[in-house]
Amino acid sequence: MKTTSVMIVGVGGQGRLLASRLLGTVLTDEGYDVKVSEVHGMSQRGGSVVTYVRYGDSVYSPIVTEGEADYIISFEKLEAARYAGCLRKGGRIIVNTQRIDPMPVITGAAEYPENILEELKEAGFLVDDFDALTPALEAGSPKAVNIVLMGHFAACTSIGRERWLAALEKVVRPKFLEMNRKAFDLGYAGK
Amino acid sequence: MKKLLIGNEAVAWGLYHGGLGLVSSYPGTPSTEITEFLALHDDIHSEWAPNEKVAAEVAFGASLAGMRSACAMKHVGLNVAADPLFTLSYTGVTAGMVICVADDPAMHSSQNEQDSRHYAIAAKVPMLEPSDSAEAYAFARSAFHLSEEFDTPVLMRMCTRIAHSQCMVELGERENVPMKDYVRQPAKYIMMPAYAKQKHPVVEERTRRLAAYAESCPYNRAEYAPASEIGIVTSGCSYLYVREVFGDSVSVLKIGMPHPLPDQMIREFASRVKKLYVVEELDPILENHIRSLGIPVRGQELFSAVGEFSQKTIRDAFRAEGLMLEEPEAQGTVPPVPGRPPMMCAGCPHRGMYYTLVKNRITVLGDIGCYTLGAVAPLNALDSTLCMGASVSGLHGFNAARREETERKTVAVIGDSTFMHSGMTGLVNIAYNATNSTVIILDNSITGMTGHQQNPTTGYNIKGDPAAKVDLEALCRALGIRRVRVVDPYDLKACEEAVLEELAAEEPSVIISRRPCVLLKYVKAKAPLTADAGKCRGCRKCMKLGCPAISFREGKACIDRTLCVGCGVCEQLCAFGAIGGGEKA
Repeated sequence: MKTTSVMIVGVGGQGRLLASRLLGTVLTDEGYDVKVSEVHGMSQRGGSVVTYVRYGDSVYSPIVTEGEADYIISFEKLEAARYAGCLRKGGRIIVNTQRIDPMPVITGAAEYPENILEELKEAGFLVDDFDALTPALEAGSPKAVNIVLMGHFAACTSIGRERWLAALEKVVRPKFLEMNRKAFDLGYAGK
Repeated sequence: MKKLLIGNEAVAWGLYHGGLGLVSSYPGTPSTEITEFLALHDDIHSEWAPNEKVAAEVAFGASLAGMRSACAMKHVGLNVAADPLFTLSYTGVTAGMVICVADDPAMHSSQNEQDSRHYAIAAKVPMLEPSDSAEAYAFARSAFHLSEEFDTPVLMRMCTRIAHSQCMVELGERENVPMKDYVRQPAKYIMMPAYAKQKHPVVEERTRRLAAYAESCPYNRAEYAPASEIGIVTSGCSYLYVREVFGDSVSVLKIGMPHPLPDQMIREFASRVKKLYVVEELDPILENHIRSLGIPVRGQELFSAVGEFSQKTIRDAFRAEGLMLEEPEAQGTVPPVPGRPPMMCAGCPHRGMYYTLVKNRITVLGDIGCYTLGAVAPLNALDSTLCMGASVSGLHGFNAARREETERKTVAVIGDSTFMHSGMTGLVNIAYNATNSTVIILDNSITGMTGHQQNPTTGYNIKGDPAAKVDLEALCRALGIRRVRVVDPYDLKACEEAVLEELAAEEPSVIISRRPCVLLKYVKAKAPLTADAGKCRGCRKCMKLGCPAISFREGKACIDRTLCVGCGVCEQLCAFGAIGGGEKA
């Protein structure tokens, strides 16, 4: 099998780590060779962050570069645009329509590109945008945005829903399992 | 047991299963998790040392006592630990000792891009370099054997990409290693000239024996593609990028032990390929060595000593060499978007002090930590950041050079952990050599940037158990500073008073700006504040704080309730009473 490349992008502190742990776990359970790569430290202080997940029969590089990503899962609009150049022809961006202003916008040094997703679509990108916050709140917490997005992504893969839910059970604490199951299902159904 | 592990966790398992009994480290991205994962085991001694030199010497002591030991640090940490390293090379070890060092190509979280392989060459100690987590586990585990067999500390080189990438690792069992007897050996361990002179030839001979071992070391291996005329010598994560681009269509000499190098193996490999290349991140160390053997090779001229590689770097370089390599096709081109640099968190206690310094146009010599982020807009608070501790010693030099002209308007800022690491000696120097300097210790009661590690000022050890707590005020006094005062950085008026008074004082002083990091679990956020659009005049004064919770929409300040922790600093700034609504402290 050809290697599949996924990027999970967003703003430091948005819950990307749990999303990548879920993905890593389900892919490992499915018996794929998996590589996951992310950078810790300075980049987590509200900066732009990216996790690379690659899987297949045999994976070498842990990172994804220009034109290589099959999927980009973005927790925020601007970040979807920042990494869109990594998307291959035929790939897909799944993006939460949340807006988080970066410091240059806050200070007035730059403007937030209000219609960035429309611009991407016009430029020919395959963009699957939706509000992940409302279903996350419905599930019980704004923090569940990550699992809503992963549910949405799960529906794009050939891995069955039950297998995803089994992996979810391994990565979230029992106390939060019910909420996360609900968030996952809402994301999955939204697809 | 097979597990998906980041490189650092794999190193930790490798060291643990290799019989490690003690680890002592100072945190530093991207090395920190090695020690954090080791600290989860209760049958070994683990600790955060105040700095890397102490950590390496602690590991030396354990090795001397007969226990396998390790320390882990980032690349610049090895500069601090270089003093023990160079002479440890002479003494050698009793039980095995491993020094893990993590380089940071692309400087994701560092102040320089130095290549630690130079240290292995300079200190004449062997170095291992894995390409992924599975190798990190195997190499770390076997490093103790190498250390004991050749009577030398072993350097284990990681880099950000390997340290923080996960892949499947097959874990074995912990080796049961009995402690070695402690036997007094003056000629081996007392490095005074008479004994050291005897040891240096031993070190040179050891390097020759290690070079011979390198020829059969399983971590160096030639992988031939008989149909190809291209041969690539590579190591670390560059190996993965080479394989990603070429699959098994070129011959590869994969170096897992970058010092000392296997000359015969290199000559043999070079003789079996028509075109020889080196692919290595940072400095041309493999390349220069191969050239020194009289073998023509191409490397840095195709690549760069700057930054991190990827499969794209390799693909682009070899396409420029005329190779027909398929280029991935992107879905489209993207308009440029505003950057999103990292910044200090909402409610960060450093912000109030920085605002005070900026408002009063103070020159600020900075240091290494979260508070280095005070350098970015809109605060732009810092004038320099060099290395751990340099704020304090640098301030003394700055003031010694310009005296009254700068003494009244220049400060050093340094975090609690960094002060323990190497700020104290600089402060002693200020008192002893008498400049009228003002040092601000930004005490957020944790080592912040590396992800909340305990340090000697927090009162807890690596396990989270209560420990002896340094009394910073008493320490500064003991070092010779008579004027020491504590201020709450959330109180802007108190901050300004303290800064202006201490700068005006006719003797050196220390201000401890004390407030725990808002991300600490025990710090409870207060109710978020709100900005009243009716009262807000749009003066943008609150925007000068650079708080991520405050933005400006349609001419008015606006506070993000999900980010605001109710610190109240912006409320004190607003002249129109437009910000409020939180809890009163």
